Amino acid sequence: MAGVQVANVSRSFGAHKALDDVSIDFADGGFYALLGPSGSGKTTLLRQIAGFDFPDAGRIAIGGESVERVPVEKRCIGMVFQNYALFPNMSVADNVAFGLSVRGEPKAAIAAEVQRALDLVQLGKLGGRRPHQLSGGQRQRVALARAIVTKPRVLLLDEPLGALDKALRVDMQIELKRIQREIGITTIFVTHDQEEALTMSDRIGILRDGRLVQEGPPEEIYDRPQSEFAATFLGDANIFRGDATGNGIMLQDGTTINAASGASVPAGAKASCAVRPERIQISTGAAKPGSADANTLKGQVSKRIFAGNSSTYFVDRDGQTLKVIVQNTGAERLVEGQDVVLRWSPDSTVLIGV
Amino acid sequence: MADQLAVASRRGLRPALPLLLPAYLWLTVAIFLPLSAMVFFSFMTDLPLAGKEWAFTLGNYAAFFSQSIYSTLLLASLRLGLEVTLWCVVIGYPAAYVLAKVLKGRSREAIFLLVILPFWSNGLVRIFSWAMVLREGGILDTALNAVLPFKINIDLMYSYPAVIIGLVHSYVPYMVLTCYLTLQAIDDSLIEAGRSLGASRRQVLWRVIIPLSMPGLIAGAALIFVPVVGSFMEPRILGGRTGTFYGTVIEDQFVAVFNWPLGAALSFILLAVVLIILALAAPVLRRAG
Ligand SMILES: Nc1ncnc2c1ncn2[C@@H]1O[C@H](COP(=O)(O)OP(=O)(O)O)[C@@H](O)[C@H]1O
Ligand SMILES: [Mg+2]
Repeated sequence: MAGVQVANVSRSFGAHKALDDVSIDFADGGFYALLGPSGSGKTTLLRQIAGFDFPDAGRIAIGGESVERVPVEKRCIGMVFQNYALFPNMSVADNVAFGLSVRGEPKAAIAAEVQRALDLVQLGKLGGRRPHQLSGGQRQRVALARAIVTKPRVLLLDEPLGALDKALRVDMQIELKRIQREIGITTIFVTHDQEEALTMSDRIGILRDGRLVQEGPPEEIYDRPQSEFAATFLGDANIFRGDATGNGIMLQDGTTINAASGASVPAGAKASCAVRPERIQISTGAAKPGSADANTLKGQVSKRIFAGNSSTYFVDRDGQTLKVIVQNTGAERLVEGQDVVLRWSPDSTVLIGV
Repeated sequence: MADQLAVASRRGLRPALPLLLPAYLWLTVAIFLPLSAMVFFSFMTDLPLAGKEWAFTLGNYAAFFSQSIYSTLLLASLRLGLEVTLWCVVIGYPAAYVLAKVLKGRSREAIFLLVILPFWSNGLVRIFSWAMVLREGGILDTALNAVLPFKINIDLMYSYPAVIIGLVHSYVPYMVLTCYLTLQAIDDSLIEAGRSLGASRRQVLWRVIIPLSMPGLIAGAALIFVPVVGSFMEPRILGGRTGTFYGTVIEDQFVAVFNWPLGAALSFILLAVVLIILALAAPVLRRAG
């Protein structure tokens, strides 16, 4: 087991920069999600770490050992592919045994290891089957067993759950997390599903156009996004744009929005504020006054979407549509067209430099 | 395939019959009729032409077993078939691999065209071109002597190697095509998965790629072996006096000696032997694939 250091890695395909000066430190034993829209370079980064492709510049180290020019078969990694990539000409047990058998380990030892790995993924009885006789979820478990049976230093997964349907995906997320904890392997997990990244990982790296936008624990990125992109890509956010005042921004119409956290932007410069929809309180005008420095805006409900345990209100305000999510606690429901007051704390507001 | 058959039998074949009829008619006229005529001939003492006397006999088949020259030549032809097939694998498989897995885009199309070019040239033209290349003072001889500092004599014409070269050249495209098709169907991520598990390129080749391309290798081998065992054009033109094989003897019966019954009987013996070999090889090959 080992950590992975990626330092200033760049990779271009022709004129296109698929990775642009990316640096990430993957801690030993951690579960790391690489998140980003399609084409942002997630797969390319994973392939540099795996050794299928080599960076034009930068350093990659696994367990402190520099590996930029080491071919994949010598890097001692485990990889799970989106399409499973099981060998169709071999049984499930032979698939799992492959990595041990190319090392020339004795047959009896291989059989025991294979059985242990299949038990770990709860497929202990299916070793004799062929891959085409398995369901999608079972194939994914075999792929996982095959990747970890060799005791690799890192486990790399490229959108491993992308081909599964929603219910199965949630099962596999829990399963994958359990196995990862059990063997304590450094895991790098590529996904474009923000919910998956939030629920599974210790840390998240957000990629965009080949650049690392932000990196940190899920709560930190969610609560303190450093860019409008990070704020809107990981979760929902209302974005206000205006001029920095020192502790917030002033909108065009003179309204001020105070922010307790975020970047420090010199007064007068362009800046944005982000606030999560579930942090905003919505009420008809006559509501109780909040604390003195609370942010307050007036608007009009343009649409309400009822979702069982919560309702989402779209509120029009000065040409902007804001999103507010309210738990359905039995209080009165607002109707479309109603004038409302929005109120939220500066603690829930993040200042973002532009 | 099995599913389709099951569906066909469930619905009954009757609705499909009008569609199948032309194909069956064509098969009857083009293959079944001539073939049964040949079976008939093979049991005759002579051709029933120009009012000649004829009777039924097993003598044509007996001739194969009484005269050892026929079985000797058949063995030589089987060996020729085996050698040509092996050379086609050795040359064709790597070529197919490069086409399917290494080259991309334009260069793949260009090389592909070169590979199937022999298909488009007339067989005789192809063979006589080789004759010009291989004979003493021919293209190969002259070219090598122009390059090499010492004098060598290349005269491959009228030899066993010349026959092999001509046949391999004619038949290698089959191997390239069948292997190319199976290799192309192998997902690149299987190769990457193998290597991520610590297998070298060579181990991936032997444990993943070759087993998965077995159907293509087998199809190519069958497509090459069968006609090569019965071949006569290449052995005759490029082999000269050394080019007497089972196929040339059969051809002689039809073209020169005019003993169609013996030629037909020898053909059916060849057919039987080839079918037996394929049947024996099938289970072994299936397990390998
Ligand atoms: N082998 C390649 N050749 C050319 N362009 C590539 C290659 N691999 C990736 N790219 C390009 O690099 C960019 C990033 O790709 P990728 O890492 O696959 O994105 P993601 O996995 O985040 O969807 C894309 O624009 C893609 O077209
Ligand atoms: Mg990708």
